[in-house]
Amino acid sequence: MSTDRADAPLLSIRDLHVRYRTRRQVVTAVDGLSLDIHAGETVALVGESGSGKSTTAHAVVRLLPVAAEVTEGTILFEGRDLRGASRRELERVRGARIGLIPQDPSVSLNPVTRIGDQVAEVLRIHGLADARSARYRALDALADAGLDNPDLRARQYPHELSGGLRQRVLIAIATVARPALVIADEPTSALDVTVQKQILDHIEALTADADTGVLLVTHDLGVAADRAARIAVMSEGRIVEIGTPEQILTDPHHPYTRSLIAAAPSLQTATPTLISLHSAVGPASGEAAPPEVGAGAGSDHADVVVRAQGLVKDFSVPRAVEPSGVFRAVDDVSLTIRRGRTLALVGESGSGKSTTARLILRLLEPDDGTISFDGADITHLRGSALRALRHRLQVVQQNPYASLNPRLSVGQLIAEPLHSLRIGTRAERRARAVELLDHVGLPTSFAARRPLELSGGQRQRVAIARALAVNPELVVLDEPVSALDVRVQAQILDLLAGLQVDLGVSYLFISHDLAVVRQVSHTIAVMRHGRVLETGPAAQVLLRPGHAYTRELLAAIPGRDVAPAQ
Amino acid sequence: MPRYLLARVGQAVLVLWAAFTITFLILYALPGDAVSLLLGEDGENNLTAEQLDAVRVQYGLDLPLYQQYLNRLGGLLTGDLGMSYASNRPVADLIAEAIPQTAQIAFAGLALGVTLGAAIAIAATYTRFAWLSRLLTAIPPLGVAVPSFWLGLMLLQVVSFRYGLLPAMGNEGLASVVLPAVTLAIPNAATVAQLLNKGLESTLGQPYIETARAKGASRRRVHLRHALRNAALPTLTLAGLMVGGVLGGSVVTETVFSRAGLGRLTATSVSARDVPTVLGIVVIAAALYVVVNLIVDLVYPLVDPRVVTARRRTPIGRATAAIPTPEGAST
Repeated sequence: MSTDRADAPLLSIRDLHVRYRTRRQVVTAVDGLSLDIHAGETVALVGESGSGKSTTAHAVVRLLPVAAEVTEGTILFEGRDLRGASRRELERVRGARIGLIPQDPSVSLNPVTRIGDQVAEVLRIHGLADARSARYRALDALADAGLDNPDLRARQYPHELSGGLRQRVLIAIATVARPALVIADEPTSALDVTVQKQILDHIEALTADADTGVLLVTHDLGVAADRAARIAVMSEGRIVEIGTPEQILTDPHHPYTRSLIAAAPSLQTATPTLISLHSAVGPASGEAAPPEVGAGAGSDHADVVVRAQGLVKDFSVPRAVEPSGVFRAVDDVSLTIRRGRTLALVGESGSGKSTTARLILRLLEPDDGTISFDGADITHLRGSALRALRHRLQVVQQNPYASLNPRLSVGQLIAEPLHSLRIGTRAERRARAVELLDHVGLPTSFAARRPLELSGGQRQRVAIARALAVNPELVVLDEPVSALDVRVQAQILDLLAGLQVDLGVSYLFISHDLAVVRQVSHTIAVMRHGRVLETGPAAQVLLRPGHAYTRELLAAIPGRDVAPAQ
Repeated sequence: MPRYLLARVGQAVLVLWAAFTITFLILYALPGDAVSLLLGEDGENNLTAEQLDAVRVQYGLDLPLYQQYLNRLGGLLTGDLGMSYASNRPVADLIAEAIPQTAQIAFAGLALGVTLGAAIAIAATYTRFAWLSRLLTAIPPLGVAVPSFWLGLMLLQVVSFRYGLLPAMGNEGLASVVLPAVTLAIPNAATVAQLLNKGLESTLGQPYIETARAKGASRRRVHLRHALRNAALPTLTLAGLMVGGVLGGSVVTETVFSRAGLGRLTATSVSARDVPTVLGIVVIAAALYVVVNLIVDLVYPLVDPRVVTARRRTPIGRATAAIPTPEGAST
């Protein structure tokens, strides 16, 4: 312990080892990690899922799952060894000296307790205020965390707030007792990009005022580069590289860091990169980048696969919410999807993009408007005609962990649409499944495996293979990569672009993430509040956005302050 | 809100009518009628077939089924539960006498059951000794599996006969309540313990519990302030169902302990095909059950703010929460 307290780091982790003990095996999650954080310093811990970054963050406050065990190392915080601390000592540090901002705001607040009480509780636990002044200080903390009308919010329950507001409440909880260190564990990964920016701004402002140290855990190099003084890149339980954002992004030494940077969508240049990946082949290759500038206007009618006009979808809601009793999820939306091209539908949660896709897939009935598919009106198709249409429209869902039936083998999963549409014999279907596995870059031996044995990226490949089984003309990709790590994201996006070139399939690509969208789309439509605000060729929308909201979305993409090595 | 209540009362009336009708039909499907069971078959007790028929006419048992049904239903609607065939006294009086006796053991049984069950569940998750936790979670399935008549008989055998600690039968004094109440409580305690234990286990795994721990909350605070209230919600629903269980259980328990009460009245009336009495008991029991469950439903939103009755589904803000978009809602 240094005698000069001003020089001593606030938090000093040395040679930390954490193991998870499962029934079958022992997994080392953190393998000899050392890290210092000084007062007022923000250090980002960046890595993919399973890299041990979250485990490290939780080990600091000893909030690890029962199966986890710190086997080696020291954790010195304000001169105290937290690893050897008693339960009592830990309870005194948690909340008061170290605040934790958890990952998922939707489930991290007690659903049956009022917001104000949940914030005030921190002060009450540590005896920092009496009931009355705790209440007032909770209101202040809520206001500081950026909640409008804290008086009202304090009386509300978590379910009455949106995800962004809940995360602000969690920030208030973590900072109300003025801790010396704030640990933020992926504080924004469940939030929209514009909300993410506001939340990170608030964390930054709150901690800068109080000279607080911050350990920011994130999978997003862009976020880390924007917010941290130092970035520690983690892989397989170790820090492989640590340095300032400039060092990490412009002069990465470790190959893993380089691969992360190459894959991070938010760090790409603003130019769409789809075509550069596949410049050698395919219908889109004739044009030079930026591609597709003329395609929006020069409409060859035969080229259109789907044309939606004036789509409207209302949902009934309680009159207490909306006096009319009607919520218009999709409001006069018109779209055109071209053969062999990708239309990206971009917007935040609740903007109506998934509802629009479900209308086009004819999974929902529109209240108004028309949809034509390959020149034929399909708006009111029923029965066998609708069933026949299902051959030509397929969908890939967001969460590959939930969209694959765990009881079926991969081969059965891929052949399922063939089976349900009664295409081919059993042997033919099996052969087709094997062929598709090959298409999506999986070994054909995977046909016999179950989804549980596959990684997220592999599962999404299976979901893509399943969607392609019936040779559809249009595949709706509903946030197909947002549940995946960046490097896997890049691989899947690459695969999708390649399949499009090879098969000539059209994509309706739904995403909240402009950074992802710019890698794959030919045309982009920006949605908000059920309306299409702007639509046009990808390069035009990204480089010369016509709508203020598009500019806001673009500005919210993290990592723009630092130019990466290209 | 009044409209919601009205709808619920309408449902309650329907439930009562259904219970009444089904009981009526079952009683008539059983072999033998009240007169022949009471006075003996033709030839016994020196009563001629004519005399038996005369009694049947007196009770209205000669009428066609639908007419008997309508008479009973009409009586019920005018608040007249009729006369008991077996004892020739108004059914309302019989029930009024029996209710306080049963209420004693039912309340005691429920209170004991909930307390004991909650204690086991909390102790099982709170303890840091894995063996104790395993032991405590192993008890409830046993309690559910044990039939209550066997449990009652064992208690009688050991507590009353061998050690003479408590009276074996009768309705006299507080001491007579203990054994029947324990007999009623055990299965309820076991069910509560199982449900609450599962609830606590899953609640303690929720991220908001980690938030509480990250605040520096002690183990006790995490358990009692944060986990228990969330985990207890399903148990509240169960409490409504338990009232029905206790009423049913009182039939066995009161018979085993030879206690006068609603349960035993039910048992004797059914074996005597005492239709008016059985119907009266069924209607009263169903009404009680319906009322208790209505109360549970009305109390639920007070305990769980996410549940809102009828009209005010979504209070302030969060408009999109109730809307079935797959995207959910955010700021």
